[in-house]
Amino acid sequence: MTAVPATPTPPPAPKVNRLGLARDVYKGAPTTLCAGCGHNSITNHLVKAMYEFGVEPHLLAKMSGIGCSSKTPAYFVDRAYGLNGVHGRMPSLATGAKLANRELMVIGVSGDGDTASIGLGQYAHLLRRNVDCTYIVEDNGCYGLTKGQFSATADLGSTLRKGQVNEFETIDVCGMAIELGATFVARSFSGDGKQLVPLLEAAFAHRGTSVLDIISPCVAFNDHDGSTKSYAYVKEHEFLLHVPDYIAPAEDHVVDYEPGTVQDVELGDGSHILLRKLERDYDATDPVDAMRVIHEGRVRSELVTGLLYVNTEARDLSARETLPERPLSAMGEEELRVSRERWHDFMREFA
Amino acid sequence: MVARRRRKSRGRNEENMSAEVVNDLTIQVATINGSGSQSSNLTLTRSIFRMGIPVAPKNVFPSNIEGLPTWFDVRVSPYGYQCRTRDIDILVALNPTTWTTDAPGVKPGGVIVHEATYPVVGAAARDDVTYYPVPFTKLAKERIGQDSLRKYLTNMVYVGVLAHLLGIEVEAIESALRDQFRTKPKAVAVNMEAVTLGLDYARENLEKRDRYRLERLSGRTEGRILIEGNQAAALGCVMGGCTVAAWYPITPSSSLCEAFIGYCERFRADPQTGDKRYAIIQAEDELAALGIVFGATWTGARAMTSTAGPGISLMAEFTGLGYYAELPAVIFDVQRVGPSTGLPTRTMQGDVSFAYTLSHGDTRHVLLLPGSAEENYEFAMQAFDLADRLQTPVFVLTDLDLGMNLWMADPLAYPANGFDRGKVLTAGDLERIESWGRYRDVDGDGITYRTLPGTPNPLAGYFTRGSGHDEDAAYSELPEVYQRNLDRLARKHETARRLVPAPVADERGNELAILAYGSTHFAVVEARDQLGEAGIETDYLRVRALPFSSEVAAFIERHERVYVVEQNQQGQLCGLLRQELPGALADRLVSVRHYNGVPIDAAAISGPIEEDVRPDNEARRQAASPAPSGEHPPAALAV
Repeated sequence: MTAVPATPTPPPAPKVNRLGLARDVYKGAPTTLCAGCGHNSITNHLVKAMYEFGVEPHLLAKMSGIGCSSKTPAYFVDRAYGLNGVHGRMPSLATGAKLANRELMVIGVSGDGDTASIGLGQYAHLLRRNVDCTYIVEDNGCYGLTKGQFSATADLGSTLRKGQVNEFETIDVCGMAIELGATFVARSFSGDGKQLVPLLEAAFAHRGTSVLDIISPCVAFNDHDGSTKSYAYVKEHEFLLHVPDYIAPAEDHVVDYEPGTVQDVELGDGSHILLRKLERDYDATDPVDAMRVIHEGRVRSELVTGLLYVNTEARDLSARETLPERPLSAMGEEELRVSRERWHDFMREFA
Repeated sequence: MVARRRRKSRGRNEENMSAEVVNDLTIQVATINGSGSQSSNLTLTRSIFRMGIPVAPKNVFPSNIEGLPTWFDVRVSPYGYQCRTRDIDILVALNPTTWTTDAPGVKPGGVIVHEATYPVVGAAARDDVTYYPVPFTKLAKERIGQDSLRKYLTNMVYVGVLAHLLGIEVEAIESALRDQFRTKPKAVAVNMEAVTLGLDYARENLEKRDRYRLERLSGRTEGRILIEGNQAAALGCVMGGCTVAAWYPITPSSSLCEAFIGYCERFRADPQTGDKRYAIIQAEDELAALGIVFGATWTGARAMTSTAGPGISLMAEFTGLGYYAELPAVIFDVQRVGPSTGLPTRTMQGDVSFAYTLSHGDTRHVLLLPGSAEENYEFAMQAFDLADRLQTPVFVLTDLDLGMNLWMADPLAYPANGFDRGKVLTAGDLERIESWGRYRDVDGDGITYRTLPGTPNPLAGYFTRGSGHDEDAAYSELPEVYQRNLDRLARKHETARRLVPAPVADERGNELAILAYGSTHFAVVEARDQLGEAGIETDYLRVRALPFSSEVAAFIERHERVYVVEQNQQGQLCGLLRQELPGALADRLVSVRHYNGVPIDAAAISGPIEEDVRPDNEARRQAASPAPSGEHPPAALAV
């Protein structure tokens, strides 16, 4: 054997994303939530999705309300801006931030109490305005910080740890979202990164409100038999609509699937989400189909997950308000004040 | 200094009933809400203004779309008094349901122009007024062809009748109509025909038997404008650089946001591209309105919301976030009568103490108290600078009277200065300094530095939260950190004391003084003249903001007795003064209050003060022990 001259091997280049940023940049402060909490898994999936997507940290606006879920924006992308507001009112803060600076990528993290009870009104109006943002509901069916009371997304008949039965109808935040004009509606599970990460990336790419209702078990108060938001229940009852795959705009969009086996949806920025079909045929651009599978899932006690609905045609709020590309927050006197000459003429109208 | 001209103010009792009265009268038009009298009322107002005579209109309207009684008072005063007066000289009675109560309200020697079919019997039959019956309905039916416009044009007929009786110049009416219908020139001729109809009828059928007359004046209204306070505030928002507004419709503040929408469409939309340099959202409620504002200001935009008392109640929680997380906001509170729904279309200064400490926990806010249409404009602009500089919500408290009525004002001055955006660090600044923390009090004034979302520097980002946080914006529950932060916010409030508009004083070395704020100012001006005629000279301090500037205490120190005049039942500002002042100064305050929903008039101030300083009361007061601190003094005067 010929001896190979020893050459010093260069240290492996650190892995970076399209912006040249390492994955660590997308991490945040250590979590203070319970070990095993579904929310922590969602945080990890968010870090992965943001790293892969190439989110600009200084343009990221992390918005939240109050509750366990609303603490999590502190646990990812430390360099970004965060605004942790008041209970149930994150949608209005997100709306104002996006209107004032449309260059920001707005991501809202909420919970089932924050969204479906105290914040139901603001949630509804965010949807009908189609504010360009990603709205995540970390949905565990209970109030964690106040020790386990039912929330409004708890299923009819599900029970608390000590056996109390929920006598009230559930509020389906996905069904509501479709009814009220949301343009990207998905349901997923905190334990299913394979499904969740591409859905998140597609949500970031979508122009308009993207709702992700992510079932996220509460290990402290809602992970027992009788709960419909436990790890065990989800594993047994999850029904996958399709297998999603996100294709970034720069990547070659190679069609390597059998015709009819994949639904290919092009998003606003030129990226694609591919939905590989499973046993049932499903059209994610049809809101009636979406409402049907949500309803059928409830009747069959199935947790239907996947991209329930997407509409890439609707204009978002900034477009409807005909805002210029330049952020309102960057404008100064010369753009905002009436000129001196015009002002004096104008004052004469009041004389 | 307040420019004050000593005038002879007419007293009700000492009047010579036969003497001619020129340019000093109040016309009250009583109609049914929804009958379309607004155009004619405004035409009447502007016509008199165009004759060079100062006017002050007041619309007293019901919370109703159609059918309830409404009154429009036009005060005409050669001295330029702009407050309401209780004296009605001339009644135009066009509402049968209030006929028998309106007619007795006219002062002796006055005039009643009424629909000829109203029976002059009972309480409506008087021997000390002049009646001019006019068959308005019949005239309109016979002479006005346009069915759809008849309702509106009938009201124009009374303008013609008054023009004949009082001597309003036809040219002034035409000029007023041209402005009234600036965008609808055809309407000018149609309306003028209706005016002429009234004029001709009066000329042919009414013999002038009263003592009132209007006569062209010079030097009083030239160069001045007529503007609603809400319009002026909206213009302050335009010139103050407000780009995001969110609101929920509520009387009496809706017209502020609607005016802002109109001005933005006119001045801020790109005629070529249609791009708008503003975003105005009609929110689902006042909570969302303020949330949208905070979301916008957090990114560095200037944003405002406009509401009234019920909206302020709903904004309490969010206001606490703004105070504690230090987010700018401009919140207009066009006050109306509370508590609860109260009287939605009537005026009050009832939100002062509530707004000052709005939200749970220890909060104290900055309140601006404009006292004229000009100040509505100036303070609106200043509010955006103050909100940015202090990084906190700034309230602008006006009221229905100031906001919804037309006021004579000087043309709104073009702003002398650019925006003051306060302590904002850019990416370049961050490169030069070693480190920064969002809540570090570098300058010792309690005001910290912020960066704006989107700043391209790895150090720029931070986490804004309403929960406990340290100097670097990290979550903290440490007792010393919490206390330090709260103390810094108190320090910031002390800084605000020096930045807010200072009070305006008119001091002439008198022992007695009046302290007032907001729209009450106009009644104080006339009340001081009335008191002067009675031999009671007063100094005057107009407070223009909270927290109180140190000049307020200094002024009180220089006076023996200070009457604090305001339009609420509890003497709210007086209570705040008593809380902050040393006991010896607090004891010098006497609360004078007016709170029935109609704008305060001069008599509501001069009457109680005159009563208070009468020699017998003076003696009794000196014999009495000082008021216990925290309670109303024995001389508290509710009117």
